[in-house]
Amino acid sequence: MRRSLDVAFQALSLLVLLLALAALAALIVDVVSDGAGRLSWDFINGYPSRRASQAGIFPALAGSIFVILLTALLALPIGVAAAIYLEEYGRRNFVSRAIEINITNLAAVPSIIYGLLGLGVFVRLMGMGRSVIAGAATLALLALPVVILSTREALRAVPGSIREGSYALGATKWQTIWHQVLPVATPGILTGLILSLSRAIGETAPLITMGALTYVSFAPDSIWSSFTVLPIQIFNWVSRPQRDFHANAAAGILLLMALLLTMNGLAIWLRDRYQKRLAG
Amino acid sequence: MSTASTRPLPGSLGELASRNVAPPPSSSEPCKIEAKHLDFYYGQKRALEDISVQIRPHLVTAFIGPSGCGKSTFLRTINRMNDIIPGTRVDGQVLIDNANIYGPGVDVVQLRRRVGMVFQKSNPFPKSIFENVSYGLRINGMVSSKSELAGQVEESLRQAALWDEVKDRLHESALALSGGQQQRLCIARALAVRPDILLMDEPASALDPIATQRIEELAYDLKKKYTVVIVTHNMQQAARVSDYTAFFWLGRLVEYDRTDKIFTNPTEKLTEDYVTGRFG
Repeated sequence: MRRSLDVAFQALSLLVLLLALAALAALIVDVVSDGAGRLSWDFINGYPSRRASQAGIFPALAGSIFVILLTALLALPIGVAAAIYLEEYGRRNFVSRAIEINITNLAAVPSIIYGLLGLGVFVRLMGMGRSVIAGAATLALLALPVVILSTREALRAVPGSIREGSYALGATKWQTIWHQVLPVATPGILTGLILSLSRAIGETAPLITMGALTYVSFAPDSIWSSFTVLPIQIFNWVSRPQRDFHANAAAGILLLMALLLTMNGLAIWLRDRYQKRLAG
Repeated sequence: MSTASTRPLPGSLGELASRNVAPPPSSSEPCKIEAKHLDFYYGQKRALEDISVQIRPHLVTAFIGPSGCGKSTFLRTINRMNDIIPGTRVDGQVLIDNANIYGPGVDVVQLRRRVGMVFQKSNPFPKSIFENVSYGLRINGMVSSKSELAGQVEESLRQAALWDEVKDRLHESALALSGGQQQRLCIARALAVRPDILLMDEPASALDPIATQRIEELAYDLKKKYTVVIVTHNMQQAARVSDYTAFFWLGRLVEYDRTDKIFTNPTEKLTEDYVTGRFG
């Protein structure tokens, strides 16, 4: 009886897995069949146009890359610093526990709320306008909880013996963290960062809320430029009535997926490289 | 590993406490480290009780006793390594060169540079052999040029009897070394910052007999330049390397005397039972 239950559960698990994979495969096949024909150098390098066959995606692609790089620059130092404080310096008391619970909850807040916050604080209050920097700051807020949580996880995983070894040589706390703890934690920190950026690069709602949904026919050339990003461009094309634009949207989705895969590949490569260095 | 409660024990704690425990061998001899009525607590639990001992310079002093008797805890009070464990507390004094290291205004970081430590499980940093040894020199600002640094690293590795084995691969990972080599690297790393005291917490307990012998020879040689304190489970080891031996039992110092006296003609019945292997 127990044995057959075991087999049944195994079969059920396999079935569910195959179902999920089939759904994913169907989506990918559909998008590829719709969009692959539109993918070309002219499409990647071109600018938006009224005619679907001449429209390109360059401003959105450049905007996405620009925004996500800036997001990383903002989220990494702030997130790592916050995690170091919470994990290494902060005392365990009521306040620190309240902060911890808040950060965990922030990771689950709908992204449109971050968009409203970005609109209120960065675009209006701080007068950044609907610029690349305002968008990056908004997405950085969105990425921060995950960066902080994964950094804390990575710091906690550093063996105590390494800290003791460093303290025993007359190192200060900061020297120990900077020279010994952070290098060991780096693979985990980078993985968390890139995973959170992967989420941020696909976000549409917060950027629409803060006003990035405008017709932009040029690539951003400074952090104060107005901009658009891939998901918004895709959204624009999908909402057009002409069928040809839907093919553009599918091609845009393929590009976005390629960008995501590249980022995840980078994460894995970085992690392996650091782990190899550590293991000698 | 048997504890006090699992076997009938010769002597009792009450009997012990009533005696004047462990007179220093001769109070007129020079003294490097002195504990005065030292109590140590992990939270509410008292791990050390009224420890008073005088440790001689340029000799090897061994701490022996069954697991959980407080010998490692006491060792770690000498460089205040227990400070990094939350909820610990010290009463009484530890004097190094007649200055109380638990007094106000003591720089713990500076103290740990003067009192080096080697741990039970070798804990090289996941960096190169060279970086392991140079780390302490760099963070303490002890060298002003690259050639000076290289010279100091070589000297430290020579003192730890490791130079000939690693001189051709200084920039390879320390984790690629064998267990015994890793432990000697940790000794070299501790010697690099020129301490006057070297604490060794069961430095050979995870090593094979040949590697153990090399560590023992090293401990014996190092006393020319350093005051060495070694915690060990292994009674033969204590007999081989040390000049003085302190026997701990249940957080108390039972007897402290010249090693030959402890092993051939101890004053306390409890010590005799332990060194002859009747319990522990």
